[in-house]
Amino acid sequence: MTSQQRGPLLGAYFGMGVFFGIVLTKGELVSWFRIEEALRFTGLYLYLVFASALAVAAPGFALLKRRRVRSFAGEPIAIPPKVMGRGVRYVAGGALFGLGWGIVGACPGPLFALVGAGVGVMVAVCLAAVAGTWTYGYLRPRLPH
Amino acid sequence: MIEQLLHQPWPWYVTGPLVGLVAVGLLVIGNRDFGVSSNLRHLCAAFAPGRVAYFQYDWRRSGLWNLVFIGGVVAGGFVGGVLLANPRPVAITPAAQASLAMLGIRDFSGLVPRELFNWHVLLTLRGFLMIVGGGFLIGFGTAYGGGCTSGHGITGLADLQLPSLIAVISFFAAGAAASVFLLPLLVPR
Repeated sequence: MTSQQRGPLLGAYFGMGVFFGIVLTKGELVSWFRIEEALRFTGLYLYLVFASALAVAAPGFALLKRRRVRSFAGEPIAIPPKVMGRGVRYVAGGALFGLGWGIVGACPGPLFALVGAGVGVMVAVCLAAVAGTWTYGYLRPRLPH
Repeated sequence: MIEQLLHQPWPWYVTGPLVGLVAVGLLVIGNRDFGVSSNLRHLCAAFAPGRVAYFQYDWRRSGLWNLVFIGGVVAGGFVGGVLLANPRPVAITPAAQASLAMLGIRDFSGLVPRELFNWHVLLTLRGFLMIVGGGFLIGFGTAYGGGCTSGHGITGLADLQLPSLIAVISFFAAGAAASVFLLPLLVPR
């Protein structure tokens, strides 16, 4: 990628981020109330959002791969498969993340959007999350994957 | 009239498809996988790599785009959550309201309950465990599990990847358990 292409591309990623941040807030995906509603199985909203997001993304991905579309940056579009291994990491990592998600009522995307929306204390959650990721990196050689 | 319309929340059938479009759009722009939690690793690699092998990589090459993306998410959060804020409480179901009222939630306005998320709560043991403990688990778990609600829940599932399905089932089950069993212990009273 030349440096001439890089500037506009970064601008496009920023634009996509702004768009996603607006979708997260206006679509109430940053709402603690919406997340806890779903996790207590007292409402369908979050599940309908996931289902309709997948109804767009899954055929979209399939089409991009089948037609061998190239991105604006020029590379062929490919989604790297996740390595299954023994699968321990997906069960254990998923469960630990889920515990945090249920306690805080926000996952990583909404955490950042909530900082922008003026919920200052979410900065503390973000910093704690960075510390959690660092600790994982440190312990990684000793953890089953 | 238009002013009122802009402040209204969006229904699921608008929100969901737009989330899907973000994932497709990032692939089309530069073959990038939609996934927010990778940024926690990039931040470690950029600011505190130490001698940890997991953080020794060129984060500018693989992660700068994503850090720029979440910079945009913060800005978008300001637009959607402040400039276009919905003045009314989020319209959760009566069942959800009753369930959360039993937790001790009385104020249903805003994006998060004010009685739970403020700087003072951080000074109490329960509040500290909820905010710092919860955040730590989010960061540790997403790194261990290789993704979060976006990377596994949208990108991985939309690409029909089995590891993502396992992760999604696991984090939804644990999230439900945490909401029902742990949250009541941590809500400040």
